[in-house]
Amino acid sequence: MMAFRASLRLFPALLLALSLLALPQISAANPALEAVIADNLDQIEKPSRRTVEPLIAEIAATGPEGLALLSAWASRNLGMTDDGRLLIVDGDSATDAATGAAVTGADPKMLRPNSGVRGVIEGALVAGEISSPDPARRAAALSSIARDGTSAHLDALRAAPAEEDPALAARRDRVEKLLTIRFDTDTAARVAAIEEMAGDVSLDFRAALNPLLATSRIAATEEPANANIARELSVGGGDFSEEAAIALMTSEGLLQPKLSSADQRNALAANIVDGHVGGVPVGQLNDPAARDRAYEALEAAGTVPPAATEAEAGAALEATRFFDTYAEPDKAVTDAARAAQMRAEVRLTAMKGVDLGLDALSLASIYFLAAIGLAITFGVMRVINMAHGEFIMMGAYTAYVVQTMIANRTLSLIVALPLAFVVTFGAGVLLYRLVIRHLANRPLETLLATFGVSIALQQLAKNIFGTQARPLTAPAWLEGAITFNDVISISSIRVAIFVLALLFLGLFLFIMKRTRVGLEVRAVTQNPGMASSMGINPDRIAMLTFGLGSGIAGIAGVAIGLFAQVTSELGQQYIVQSFMTVVVGGVGNIWGTLAGAGLIGVLSKVIESFNPSNTLAAQTFMILFIVIFIQFRPRGIIPQRGRAAEA
Amino acid sequence: MTRQPFILRNPSILIVLAVLAAFTVAVTLMSAAYGNGAIPTSMVKVLGKTLCLALAAVAMDLVWGYLGILSLGQMAFFALGGYMVGQWLMYARTETIVAASLAQNPIPATPLELQEAVANQIFGVVGSSDLPLVWTFAHSLTLQLILVVAVPGILALVFGWLAFRSRVNGVYLSILTQAMTLALALWLFQNDSGFRGNNGLSGLQNIPGLEGRDQATLSVWFLWASAAALAVFYVLAAWLVSGKFGSVIRAIRDDETRVRFLGYPVEGFKLVVFTLAAMITAIAGALYYPQAGIINPAELMPIASIYLAVWVAIGGRGRLYGAIIGAVVVSLLSSWFTGGRAPDIRLPGYVVHWVDWWQVALGLSFVLVTLFAPKGIAGIFDRLSGLRAPRRAAPRKQEVKA
Amino acid sequence: MRKLTGLLMLSSAMALAGTAWGQEGEPIKIGVLHSLSGTMAISETTLKDTVLMMVEQQNAKGGLLGRPLEAVVVDPASDWPLFAEKARELLTVSDVDVIFGCWTSVSRKSVLPVIEELNGLLFYPVQYEGEESSKNVIYTGAAPNQQAIPAVDYMAEELGVEKWALLGTDYVYPRTTNNILESYLADKGVASGDIFVNYTPFGHSDWSKIVADVVALGADGKKVGVVSTINGDANVGFYKELAAAGVSADDIPVMAFSVGEEELAGLDTTNLVGHLAAWNYFETADTPENAAFIEEWHKFIGDDERVTNDPMEATMLGFNAWVAAVEAAGTTDVDPVLDKIVGVEVPNLTGGTATVLPNHHLTKPVLIGEIREDGQFDIVSQTEPVPGDAWTDFLPESAVLDADWPGKECGMWNTETGTCVQVQSNY
Repeated sequence: MMAFRASLRLFPALLLALSLLALPQISAANPALEAVIADNLDQIEKPSRRTVEPLIAEIAATGPEGLALLSAWASRNLGMTDDGRLLIVDGDSATDAATGAAVTGADPKMLRPNSGVRGVIEGALVAGEISSPDPARRAAALSSIARDGTSAHLDALRAAPAEEDPALAARRDRVEKLLTIRFDTDTAARVAAIEEMAGDVSLDFRAALNPLLATSRIAATEEPANANIARELSVGGGDFSEEAAIALMTSEGLLQPKLSSADQRNALAANIVDGHVGGVPVGQLNDPAARDRAYEALEAAGTVPPAATEAEAGAALEATRFFDTYAEPDKAVTDAARAAQMRAEVRLTAMKGVDLGLDALSLASIYFLAAIGLAITFGVMRVINMAHGEFIMMGAYTAYVVQTMIANRTLSLIVALPLAFVVTFGAGVLLYRLVIRHLANRPLETLLATFGVSIALQQLAKNIFGTQARPLTAPAWLEGAITFNDVISISSIRVAIFVLALLFLGLFLFIMKRTRVGLEVRAVTQNPGMASSMGINPDRIAMLTFGLGSGIAGIAGVAIGLFAQVTSELGQQYIVQSFMTVVVGGVGNIWGTLAGAGLIGVLSKVIESFNPSNTLAAQTFMILFIVIFIQFRPRGIIPQRGRAAEA
Repeated sequence: MTRQPFILRNPSILIVLAVLAAFTVAVTLMSAAYGNGAIPTSMVKVLGKTLCLALAAVAMDLVWGYLGILSLGQMAFFALGGYMVGQWLMYARTETIVAASLAQNPIPATPLELQEAVANQIFGVVGSSDLPLVWTFAHSLTLQLILVVAVPGILALVFGWLAFRSRVNGVYLSILTQAMTLALALWLFQNDSGFRGNNGLSGLQNIPGLEGRDQATLSVWFLWASAAALAVFYVLAAWLVSGKFGSVIRAIRDDETRVRFLGYPVEGFKLVVFTLAAMITAIAGALYYPQAGIINPAELMPIASIYLAVWVAIGGRGRLYGAIIGAVVVSLLSSWFTGGRAPDIRLPGYVVHWVDWWQVALGLSFVLVTLFAPKGIAGIFDRLSGLRAPRRAAPRKQEVKA
Repeated sequence: MRKLTGLLMLSSAMALAGTAWGQEGEPIKIGVLHSLSGTMAISETTLKDTVLMMVEQQNAKGGLLGRPLEAVVVDPASDWPLFAEKARELLTVSDVDVIFGCWTSVSRKSVLPVIEELNGLLFYPVQYEGEESSKNVIYTGAAPNQQAIPAVDYMAEELGVEKWALLGTDYVYPRTTNNILESYLADKGVASGDIFVNYTPFGHSDWSKIVADVVALGADGKKVGVVSTINGDANVGFYKELAAAGVSADDIPVMAFSVGEEELAGLDTTNLVGHLAAWNYFETADTPENAAFIEEWHKFIGDDERVTNDPMEATMLGFNAWVAAVEAAGTTDVDPVLDKIVGVEVPNLTGGTATVLPNHHLTKPVLIGEIREDGQFDIVSQTEPVPGDAWTDFLPESAVLDADWPGKECGMWNTETGTCVQVQSNY
């Protein structure tokens, strides 16, 4: 309300100032501004959002110098000298805000108004900007109004000349409608605006509607006369329990509060006579029943006020009616708003479902990408590589190092992706030659040996890069989000990861089904002895497979680093989930891994949406589910058939 | 041939018991409470805790070295044991304090008020004031001590029954045990779970009823208790693996299918060993955490269980004393190297701080042990003394099944 | 190199343990209990260096009571039980007179029983959740009323926030802080439907759903603000997702309690400009004391790029308060020092003084900073020094408690009944 009134006052002053703005800028002294500054130095130095509006209006009213001062103030280019002059600082040069004179050699203290104050200043300037000849400034002004509009802005929008740019015109029309719903005094106009926009699920429309439909709950003996009543509540109904009713009556003073056990104890303690309270020995008062007896005795004697009884509460409940009332007094508006809201509800629910689905898809693709390398090594060689997570980490750090050397982020990403593959491919081959080859057919020992490699690599990363997260920033075209509307949106980087996951699925299928190497890999998987006698070198194939799996882990690392943080524990966070993905999906089958990732992704998000306030619980239930799932389908969703399954 | 008592058939048991006894007496005589104080109390605690870890390693060896299940969730049982005993320690200590405070009130407190005040003290720190259901028995030492073995025992029984019944084995089973401990850790990390979330249970070194004893004395008592537990369960484990039962479980390790075809209830054997090991581990945990003073969910993250496997592997699995050697050597070395005591190595142009490089060295040495000394440190002993029993199966083929 | 000296000192201390210290000229020992390895190393190592710098400066001034100071550095390796073990070692083996240390709440809770049992003295330099007062600890970081409450006031008054998303990592500091804030906001008339609370695990990275939930809060037309007690690395993913969703500081301001100069150093801050943090110190504070401190720090650490932060100031304040108290008491014994330390005033770096209060907390000004592109903060608000309150006034059970030590012998004094609730701390 405050802001509203102040803006009303502000507005004519601004129009005046704006008309002056059209004049060529003359650096002339502005005594009015000087006086305002002199009077309000304290407030200019330490402004507060709640009190600054009149001052801004005053400054704006002093003319173009005032407006220049305001915009410098808002953009933090205003400095204050020790002797109380305000300087507009532009790089190295400075001009006195009041006199317009250039100032040299001054060392002003830069003023740093907080964003609340800046918002107020911008709000004041913006009403004029709306008719600015520069479309960019008009657009900015519209955004500013959309964010924090007032009724003054509504007037300004209506008064402004017609918008020529069609896109801006549409936006302006929309903003105007929203402001009409919120601020117009004419019921018909408001209802019309609501009805025109009904069915829209965007956030700003809901933000305009919901305050109209906000209700407060009251208890009264009869129907309040002037209130816009949403509904009358029946006590004991589904959403309004008896306790809630009693609590409401107590808080409104219609009912005496129930005696709490602490109050009872204090009352008893205050009335100890000769080791007895109301005839009950103090020693027995560790029993609640004895306390009640003692209190009743005191009540009977009149030493303590009688406590509220069940009967009183019951009678009060009988005599009282309960209403939800709208804060908005106009019934026509609330009816229209309610109808509009009903229309949006179903669509909104569906869209939330779609958005959840997108989130789930994104998570699934991340898990898939992290697990695909593991699926290859595990599926083909039956080797659990505990250092797989560290390969993911190596990929992420590779991208970080590349980014420190190549400033162009797009280019650095283009270099980083293959480089991460090469680095981790090399590391995988090295690990295979040095360790895994010597532990053939001893899977549990391989698991432990690769774990040793894993802790060594993790600590090595800490020694080289430190324990703090390193920045890995996506190029600008991957920043931001793909937004369908205010409900359904997904960040571009996640879409990119999804595409990457699809790409690798395709690549994997291609290699396995269409190339010589794939044929050999499949042969080795199915029967190493036979493959070997057909002239295939199983050792070479195993090495290549291992390198391929590790290389994909490296690329997954780049992707994960782009949307999350690059730390030495990055891999560790994904390793258990990756194992789950592979195991749930079924070993030795890429479609199984896909199914596993899909199941885990969807389930995670669904569980999370049940309890949005506790992400940890969602993760716990997820893992619990997997543990139970494996008990019943020990070979995964898509189990391997035939001979290989027995290996 | 008359069968000798099994202890005499296994001279290594006598050696282990003798070394353990000598160690305990020596530490006692050098402790601050009962001796000349050459070993400070903090060191006595470290040694006592190491004995508990050795006991956990013995249980791990039963499961892995003898039964062939690489359980990566053993520390879940260890920590559960700690949590169970910790509940009583916290509750009883707080109850004493609260009762003293409430006694200053003219009106004696009702049992409910007392309980509420205790709950408020314990959970006020983590922003709640109700006593969760899982604390129902916390007031009773006896019940909580039963829970120390019962809770991990039942968890192992149910988990094992489900897993063994569905023939989950090899690396799958390892991953599954890892998932179990991760789920438990994440659950405990939540504040709402009733175990104080990330803060865990703390102040466990103050034993209710023994307020008059200083920590120097208590630390020696716990060392004795840990040594006694290690001795008892070592003998139990050795007895278990020496007879026919031992032969069967080793046979399961080496070829499960064949044992099943021979008519043995493989699942039953596995379940018995898995559950028993879980309970032994829990007892070790229950003795460990009052010495450590604090338990929190980080203690049962998967990494801790993997370390346990590492100790057993380095010590030599399939040898119970190997497990003890591994746990003692590696955990003491770890605390020495990460404690900042180990002298730095000065290379030209670079100073190797052990704090930074110990993990790397540990990881690599672990790879080397797996590659070149699959029988661990105990394997070296075997070779030196020719102790190796001829009837033991060569471990080379033991895990061909995946 | 410096670590090495510390280690050598420690080993010599070990060798000499048992012989009587305390004669004139023997060094006064200062224990430093900060993790130098593990997850907390990055934060805590800085504080270890700060203590070493303070010791060096004090020695350059001629030591204390005519005796030189000597730092004994140990590494509890971010392992909570190890904190208790190392604290015992410091107090009984190395015989230190005072300990500077700990960062996380759980590490402090781990050390508490040991410090109280052996009557040691710990200076704890990090903002924390309150609800604790130990005779043997001086809390030089912010209590909730010195950080959280003023920050929320600022958001409500200066930014016009009406709807609150309290996002935190799931551990005790965010839990307690959010409890206090929920209760405080309810007192201010914010409906419970206007408060959204979410807890995520350490190192959480999948923020898309949570950010979407926060954005959706704006659907009822109220200005949404986020109070973040998200810890450490998880902030990176959170801010990235916020930026990707196109949420600017003008739309939904984020007020962080655990993000300072040191944390921002690891982030690309272009998208964070305008988001906020509340501390008792920012490196950009424009005072001569701060300029001198930063210069000495750069000289000591040999790197002009290293930032300073709030816990460093708190460490410095604690050290100076201890020095003043020791000088007043004429001894380093814990009880006389504790008697004298109450009321000690030391200059802080933001242009005022910090007074040690009877409840073992300090008076501290509350600063709100907006994040700049260069990873520093624009200070947009600074209050007068606020006295720290151990037991918050905004939770019913705690409102009746106070923690003024002198004359009461307990840190949990029930003002209603006039009794001690407990003498030793709540662990």
